[in-house]
Amino acid sequence: MSIKGTAGRRGKDVRSDCWVSVEPVETGGIQFDIKSKVGFLYADSIRSLVSNGLEKLGLKHAKVELEDQGALPFVIMARLETAVRRALPDTEVPELLPELNPGTMKPTTRDRWRRSRLYLPGNEPKYMLNVKIHQPDGIILDLEDSVPPEEKDAALVLVRNALRVLDFGDCERMVRMNQLPRGLDEVRPLVQAQVRILLIPKCESAEQVNQVTAAVEQARKDAGLEHAVYLMPIVESPLGMFHALEIAQASPLVVALTYGLEDYIAELSGRKTPEAIESLWARSRIINAARAAGIQPIDTVFANVGDMDALEQNVLQARALGFEGKGCIHPRQIPVIHKAFTPTDQETERAREIVLAYEQARKQGRNVVSVGSKMIDPPVVAQALRTIKLAIAAGKLCSDWQERNES
Amino acid sequence: MKMVKNAAGRLVPTEVNGKPAVPFKGVGKHIPSGNKAAPMIESCVHYPADGDKRVPSIKEALKRCGIKDGMTLSSHHHFRNGDLVANQVFDAAAELGIKDLVWFPSASFPCHEPVIEHMKNGVVQRVEGSMNGPLGAYCSHGHMKGLGVLRSHGGRWQAIQDGEVHIDIAVIAAPTADPFGNATGDRGPSACGLLGFALADSMYADRVIIVTDNLVPFPCIPWQIHGNNVDFVVETDRIGIPEKIVSGTTRITRSPDRLLIAEMTARFIKEAGIMRDGFSFQSGAGGTSLAFAIFLRDMMKQAGVKARFIRAGSTKYQVEMLEQGLADFILDGQTFDLEGVRSMRENPNHINTSPFTSYNYHGKGNFASMMDVVALGATEVDTGFNANVVTHSDGMLLHGIGGWQNCLASKCTILPIPSFRDRIPVIVDKVTTLCGPGELIDVIVTERGIAINPRRQDLLDAVKDSDLPIRTIQEIKAEVESMCGKPSKLKLLDKVVAVVKWVDGTIIDSVYQVP
Repeated sequence: MSIKGTAGRRGKDVRSDCWVSVEPVETGGIQFDIKSKVGFLYADSIRSLVSNGLEKLGLKHAKVELEDQGALPFVIMARLETAVRRALPDTEVPELLPELNPGTMKPTTRDRWRRSRLYLPGNEPKYMLNVKIHQPDGIILDLEDSVPPEEKDAALVLVRNALRVLDFGDCERMVRMNQLPRGLDEVRPLVQAQVRILLIPKCESAEQVNQVTAAVEQARKDAGLEHAVYLMPIVESPLGMFHALEIAQASPLVVALTYGLEDYIAELSGRKTPEAIESLWARSRIINAARAAGIQPIDTVFANVGDMDALEQNVLQARALGFEGKGCIHPRQIPVIHKAFTPTDQETERAREIVLAYEQARKQGRNVVSVGSKMIDPPVVAQALRTIKLAIAAGKLCSDWQERNES
Repeated sequence: MKMVKNAAGRLVPTEVNGKPAVPFKGVGKHIPSGNKAAPMIESCVHYPADGDKRVPSIKEALKRCGIKDGMTLSSHHHFRNGDLVANQVFDAAAELGIKDLVWFPSASFPCHEPVIEHMKNGVVQRVEGSMNGPLGAYCSHGHMKGLGVLRSHGGRWQAIQDGEVHIDIAVIAAPTADPFGNATGDRGPSACGLLGFALADSMYADRVIIVTDNLVPFPCIPWQIHGNNVDFVVETDRIGIPEKIVSGTTRITRSPDRLLIAEMTARFIKEAGIMRDGFSFQSGAGGTSLAFAIFLRDMMKQAGVKARFIRAGSTKYQVEMLEQGLADFILDGQTFDLEGVRSMRENPNHINTSPFTSYNYHGKGNFASMMDVVALGATEVDTGFNANVVTHSDGMLLHGIGGWQNCLASKCTILPIPSFRDRIPVIVDKVTTLCGPGELIDVIVTERGIAINPRRQDLLDAVKDSDLPIRTIQEIKAEVESMCGKPSKLKLLDKVVAVVKWVDGTIIDSVYQVP
């Protein structure tokens, strides 16, 4: 008795995806039934991709149907692998891995820019192909809430393949894993696929961070990978809020701390208000915990993709509270977020004055100086230096601005 | 069929539908001589002195025009996919037992699918005009008896005035007309703005029939079509479906990728120094083009720059620019939404133009070459910047040429296009069908970067210090191929089903039958 395994999506409205059905049989070799919207250019290559794929997956006799709506090879491979896994639930099926693109192997750093991070649903290939052109600081392929329970297996295979094949340019390669314990099984394929940041959803304890840390380090060691993989826990519950500091300090891999509001407010029995007073404590808590641990506090997503003015106000407020980044769910939000996290000309100029005046004062052996009517002391200078750093990163100021100033 | 290689290296037939044809010789190389065609001399003796040229039906009008087998009938695409007249003309011809007509539309649309039946039953022999949808498929599959001939809007005017195409009967659907035949497109229940595509037909055809659903007493003011060129006027209930003629609201693309392409296009124009006081630009009504116009508008506002004129395809966005003082004039070839129609009717600075003024290559100049910048679509571009706009990558006839070839004459021609669509690369080694020579196409703006034609060192220099993502076309192509895989060569049959004319009437490429 054989089961038919299917994966992917079919129908006229589907784009950049395909639908695969695999039915293992006793004899007769592989019987193909391939329909492709791009067959006039890729019929032969699709057929050999499927044929080679089945061989690697260990299938010699099967009926295979493919309905392709212009899926890229890594997508076809992912759907094929998932279909075979579903057809053979009790068999050990090998991974059908696309070749690693050298462009995916760029390292990241602890303190790099994380102003914007764009969430993409992990089982939807069409959004992944061009996402880098919108230049978010990070791209999150999501395995958690945007993927329905029955597609979790398919999404993991697709996200793994996407990470192996797609060069995201300068965007940091992030995945939001599933909640533990399921998420722990996802670590190895993702680490091998050159993920750089794992977001741990609904994180409530240091223990959970430690479990993920162990899994990451084991996977890196097994695969002999040199580049670091960092963690960004997402706190989404009152208990997690109380444990925010220990979560932030749990592991040297944690580089940033963020939070989610929907579940948190539901657990509070709170209500969303326009002023967002219901989450002020939580936001402050996250920022304080992150700062105390020396990592980046990052704000949650802004859900209204139609209202860019409201988004800008929201980001300015987040920045004022101390956040360094914001989540987004639509590419058009990215430039608004970047702009709001970029110091204005006025702020940059002010920071320049402060830093220059202070250095002048230090040369004269003083630790306090006044610029205009304001007194400048070390904490103010530290703030100004942060502003300068932001301005340089945003291209508003040259990194050698001081030398230029002197010359 | 004898085929020769033209100056673009494409094989083209030396004879098209029984008449000798000139292969493309290169841009600006074919200079014809002689006189233009002329309509026949008429006498008022044959027309009612009271000016009432009404006849009861299209069928009656065709009969009185002396319709015969093998004649050429023309119609116009002002009503786009909402046209109700062309199909009635061929139904009437069928009832009269006429065979082997040549349909010479300014463009055809999916609503003209019934013409396929008339080709099967022999009433229509072939279509000379752009074909898409079901008609495009019919021709691409080799079912049409004669060869399709695809021309630009300017090329259509040129073909008529040069005598290359002789129109026996022109049928002009008019949103408002009087019994004398004066007609306008800017008012009436089927208002479409203007009737510029029918102007040449009204001047050069042997017989001209006006069909209207909004008859007004003489005089119809303004008259975009002169009644003095008209033989008969037919009044019917409905000539078009308004919501398919112009859209109530125009849709801007919501695709973030397309928006980015549109924004980069506008930024290129600004950074290259093209956007300056007194400049002119043209863009279409596609979703990306509209978004481009909006980004450009905002940049113009910010920089305090005013355009001398906008060439359109107008929509409410160009109208807003005119009304907000961001442009002195709109020189309009067709209106795409109700705001465009209203503005053309009410605003003396919103001017209706025709392919003669805008595009005709065999004239004493035209507007197209005066444009500072145009943004156009394309289905494929090759690494020599040659572009295709009529066939899909599978070889099927997909689009008309429209004004596309004519617009290439502008000072800066930009194609904002995605680098691939559903795994199908848009940048290719060799375009399936050549419609525009690469020497006229200056910039490709894709989501993966901007490629400037190496022939335009001036543009390369102009933006070299900007932060625009300038790359070579080869780099963008290589990146796409690394994602999509290298496509195999498209297999088409040897049979030619249509030819593509260049703006000077020569043949630039052949369209082949698809398997």
